[in-house]
Amino acid sequence: MRIEPLAPKPKRSGTSRRVAVIGGVGLVLLGILFFRLWSLQIVTGDKYLAEANQNRTREVRVPAPRGDILDRDGDVLVDNRMSMALQLDPVEIPTSVAGRRELYARVGKVLDHDADWVRRKVYETKKDDPPGSPITLAQDVDDDIVYYLQEHQDEFPEVHVNRIFVRKYPQGLLAAHILGSVGEVTAEDLEKNPEKDLAAGDTLGKTGVEQTYDDQLRGKPGDTRLQVDSTGKVISQLPSTLPEPGESVRLSIDKKIQEAGESSLQSIGLPGAFVAMDVNNGQVLGLGSNPTFDPSIFTHPLTQKQVDDLYDEDLGAPLFDRAIGGQYAVGSIFKPITALAALDGGYVTPDKVVNDAGTIKIADQDFNNAGKEAHGPVDLRRSLEVSSDVYYYLLGADMNGTRQLQNWAGYFGLGKPTGIDIPGESEGLVPTPKWVNQAHKEEPKYYDPWAIGQNIQFAIGQGYFQASPLQMAVAYSALGNGGTVLKPQILLQTEDAAGRVIKEAEPEVTGEVPIDPAYRQVIMEGLHDAAQAPEGTSYQVFGGFPVKIAGKTGTAERTNEPDQAWYAALAPYPDPEIAVIVTVERGGFGADTAAPVALQILQDYFHKQAKAVSGSSGNVE
Amino acid sequence: MESSRIPRDSAPRAGLKLLDRVGFAGMDGWLAFSALGLLACSLFTLYEASDSSIAGAPQQYVQRQALYGLVGIIGMIAVSRIDYSRFRELRVGIYTFLCASIFAVFTFGVAARGSTNQLELPFFTFQPAELGKLLLILALAGFVIDGARRGSDAQRTIRYLALGLVPTGLVLLQDLGTSLVFGAITIAIMVASGVRWSHLAVIGAALAAFVTIVLVILPMAGTPVLKEYQQDRLTSFLNPSSTVGDAGYQQNQAKVGIGAGGTTGRGNQATQSSFGFVPERHTDFIFAVVAERYGFVGAALVLSLFALLFWRALRLMTLSKNFYGTLVAAGIATAIIFQVFVNVGMNLGIMPITGIPLPLMSYGGSAIIATFLMIGVLQSIHIESHAAQRSPWID
Repeated sequence: MRIEPLAPKPKRSGTSRRVAVIGGVGLVLLGILFFRLWSLQIVTGDKYLAEANQNRTREVRVPAPRGDILDRDGDVLVDNRMSMALQLDPVEIPTSVAGRRELYARVGKVLDHDADWVRRKVYETKKDDPPGSPITLAQDVDDDIVYYLQEHQDEFPEVHVNRIFVRKYPQGLLAAHILGSVGEVTAEDLEKNPEKDLAAGDTLGKTGVEQTYDDQLRGKPGDTRLQVDSTGKVISQLPSTLPEPGESVRLSIDKKIQEAGESSLQSIGLPGAFVAMDVNNGQVLGLGSNPTFDPSIFTHPLTQKQVDDLYDEDLGAPLFDRAIGGQYAVGSIFKPITALAALDGGYVTPDKVVNDAGTIKIADQDFNNAGKEAHGPVDLRRSLEVSSDVYYYLLGADMNGTRQLQNWAGYFGLGKPTGIDIPGESEGLVPTPKWVNQAHKEEPKYYDPWAIGQNIQFAIGQGYFQASPLQMAVAYSALGNGGTVLKPQILLQTEDAAGRVIKEAEPEVTGEVPIDPAYRQVIMEGLHDAAQAPEGTSYQVFGGFPVKIAGKTGTAERTNEPDQAWYAALAPYPDPEIAVIVTVERGGFGADTAAPVALQILQDYFHKQAKAVSGSSGNVE
Repeated sequence: MESSRIPRDSAPRAGLKLLDRVGFAGMDGWLAFSALGLLACSLFTLYEASDSSIAGAPQQYVQRQALYGLVGIIGMIAVSRIDYSRFRELRVGIYTFLCASIFAVFTFGVAARGSTNQLELPFFTFQPAELGKLLLILALAGFVIDGARRGSDAQRTIRYLALGLVPTGLVLLQDLGTSLVFGAITIAIMVASGVRWSHLAVIGAALAAFVTIVLVILPMAGTPVLKEYQQDRLTSFLNPSSTVGDAGYQQNQAKVGIGAGGTTGRGNQATQSSFGFVPERHTDFIFAVVAERYGFVGAALVLSLFALLFWRALRLMTLSKNFYGTLVAAGIATAIIFQVFVNVGMNLGIMPITGIPLPLMSYGGSAIIATFLMIGVLQSIHIESHAAQRSPWID
C-alpha cells in the first residue's frame, strides 16, 4: 500500500522550513495534550476518581424515629406519627427570578396557594435553617395531593414528598411544660453542637425533656445512598444504613399525680404551679404550671398570633413554666427554715413561749399578723400550727446582723439552681445585706438599703426573698428526709425500643442540712398540727384526710394584687415519702386555693379520699 | 509544473481499473488507517456510551454516525480520484459559494446550542461552515498561487489576510469556534506560502491585542462585544466551578471524568459521562467519554491516531507534486490539528469552551463528512504526487 517516491523531490526554497514550523507547532500542541492527559489521569487520577464517585451519589438522610417519652408506669406521653411532607430541595430551586417564580406558581397551584405564599414559605425556612435544609412547604399533605404528585413526578422534579416523623401527644396538654418541643435544626444549632452529628433537616429537641435528653431521644438517622445523574434523577439505590430509632425516655412523672395537679390547678383558673417530689430520691412525680398550652402546636409552623399568645402576660404567659422558672415570695411556708436556723443558732428553744399580741413594734415599725389576729402565748410547735408571724418577726430581728438565716436558706438549696434536668429554672434570691445594699446602689428606685425590717420580712418568706416552687419542693424534701438536699430529677431511666433499661437515673445529693433530729421532730409536729390539728391553718382541707401529713400554708403579698397562696406538704407524717408544693398567684389565703390542689395530689398519691370536716378554726394564717 | 496542464488521457491514473477506483488503491495507507481508526473509535465509544440514554432508540447516535461515516468514506474515495489541482481553477467559484453558504445561514439558519450555524435541508440539518473549512483551504491556496508573483510582499500578505478574514469574520458572527478554525487555516496557509516572518509577527501581535480588547478591555469599559454566555464559556476554564449551572461546572465535570479514568479507564463504571455530568458527551465532550471509559490507554490511542494523521498530512506537504498541494495539505493538517487541540484542550480544562468538534470523533454529519472530504483531498495529493513522479512530464 505504501508508495515510495521514485525520485527525490526538487526542493522549493523555504518550503521544508515552513513544513517544519507547522509540524513543530502541531507537535507541541499534541505534546501539551499528552502531558495534560498524563497529569490528569495518571498523576492525579485517584483524586478525580474520588470526586467522581462522590459526585454521582446523593446521600439522603433517613430520619430516625425519635424515642418515646413515657411516664413512670409506661404510659405514653409523647410518641411519633408519620406525616407526608411536601418538601422542596433547595439545590433545585432555580437561580433566575423567572425560574423561581414559575416554580413557586406551579407548586403553589398544587397546594391551592399562590406563588407568593410559596415564596414566603421558602424565605422563612431559608432564613434560619442551615443551607441545604429541605424546605417543607406543607405537612400532613392530603393523600390526593400525594398521589397527584407521584403521578406527575415529571412535572415536579424539584418537589419531594417525604415521610417525616411528627411528635404526637396522646395525653393532650398533660405535662406540656416538662415535655418541651422539637424543631428543625437551625444554623446556630449546627454551629453550637459540632459533636452531635447533626445535619440540615434533622429534628432537635428545643425545650424541656426533648432538649435535655435529645441525645438519647434523637436516634441515629440512616443514610440512603442514591446513584443520581447530573439532574439529580435517581438511577439506583446503593447500600444504605438503616436509621436507629432513639431511646425511649421514662420519666419519674406519675401521670395520675400530674393529672390531679394540673386539673385541680386549672379549675381554680388562676396562674399557678405545683411540684410533687419523692423526698428520698429526688424523683419528680408531678410538675405543672398553669395556664398551659397544647404541645402539639409546635409540630406545625407557628403563626405570629400563636407565638404572641404563648407569651402574652394577659393570658398568663402559658409557655412560662412557673414551677421551675417562677420567682416568688413564698410567705409562711418558709417559716420552718427560719425556725431551724434560729434553733441551730441558739436564738430560740422549742419550748420558749412568745406572747403573740397580733402585732409587734420593732425598731419603731409595726409588724402585724395577718388581720392583726392575736394568737396569745405560742411556742415553736404552736407557732407553726397557727402560723404566728409575730413569733418569726422576733426570730428575724434576733438573727439580723448575722448570716444565720441566709446560711440556712442556702443549706436548703435556696438562692441557687436545683439542677433539675429540664431547662428554664430560676435561681431565686436569698437577700443578704451586702447584696441588697449593692442593689440599692445600682437601682435605688427599686431597692431600699438593708435594714432590720428586711431580715424580719425574710423570716416569714417575704421581702426580697424569692424562690421557685421547685426550690421549695427541694427544701421541704430535705426537711422531710432529715436533711439531704437532692437534685430533683425528671428522668427515671432510658430504654431501648424493646423496653430494656439502658440507663437508670441515680439520685444525686447536692447538699446536707445539719438538722438536729430533735429540732426536726418539733418542726414536723408543728407542721402536722398545722395541717390536721383542729386549730391548724389547713385543718379545713386536711382534717378529713385519712393519711397523716405535715403541711404549711403560706400567703405571700404581691404588689398591688391579691396575695399569692402557697401550700407545702410532707406525707405521710412523720416519715414522709412525698413533698408537695403548690402555689396560686392571686390565690389569697394558702388554705383556700393552694391547699386543695395539694390535697388532690395527695389523694391520688395515696389513693385515699379526704372526708369533709366541719367547724374549722378559720385560722388561716 | 501545474497538473492542470497535463493531458488527461495520458495521466497515469489510466492504469487504474474501475475496481481500483472505488477502492483504496493508490491512497496513503497510514492516512486512511488513521482516519478510519478514528471513526471506528468514535463508533465504538458511541455504541458503548449511549445505551439507555435515548428511550426507544438506544443506538440512534451510533447508527447515524455510521451512516455519516459511510457517506464520508464514499466522499473521500470520490474526491481522492479527482485531481485536487482542479479546485485551484475553481477558486473564485468555491470562494463565492463559501461566502454565499455562510450568508445563507444568516437568512435561513436554525439555531442549535447557542449558535445559529445550521441550514435546514430536506433530510438533515447541514452546517455549511464545516464544509467551509475545506472550501476556504482550497480557495485560499488557489488565490495564493494565483497571486504569488503579484505585488510586494506586504501587499500579498494583506491580500491573503483579507481573503481569509472575510469568511472568518462572517462565521464569527455565527459560531466562534468555526471562525477560529478559519483563522488558523488562513494563518497556516500564509505560513506555508512563505509570507515574511515579520508580517506574521505583526499579525500575531494584532491578534493578541484584539483578543485582549474583546475579552478584557471592552467588557470592563461597559460595552461587551460578546454575549454574556459567550464570555463565560471563553473564560470559565480559568476558574473551574463546582456549582451546578455555572459555565465552569460542566467543563470541570469533564475534567473530573477524565481524571477518574486513570490509566485503564472505568469502563461501564464510568459515572461522569454516563450520568450526564459530562455535557455534550456525544459531540464536543466525546474525548472525555473516551478518557473516562478507557483511561489513558484509550485517550492516548486517539491522540496517537491524530498524531499519525497529522504526520501523514505534513508528509504530503513535501511530497505534493505542486505548491498548491503543499498549501492545501498545510491548511488541512492545520485545520485538523487545531481542532484537535482546541477540542481536547477544552475537555482537559486548558482551553475555553468554543464548540469545536473533535474531527472524526464527535457525533455530527456535517463535520464527519467534511473531514472525510479533507482526507480525500489529501489522498488526491498523495495519488497525484505518486502519479507525477512516475510521469515523465513533470519536473
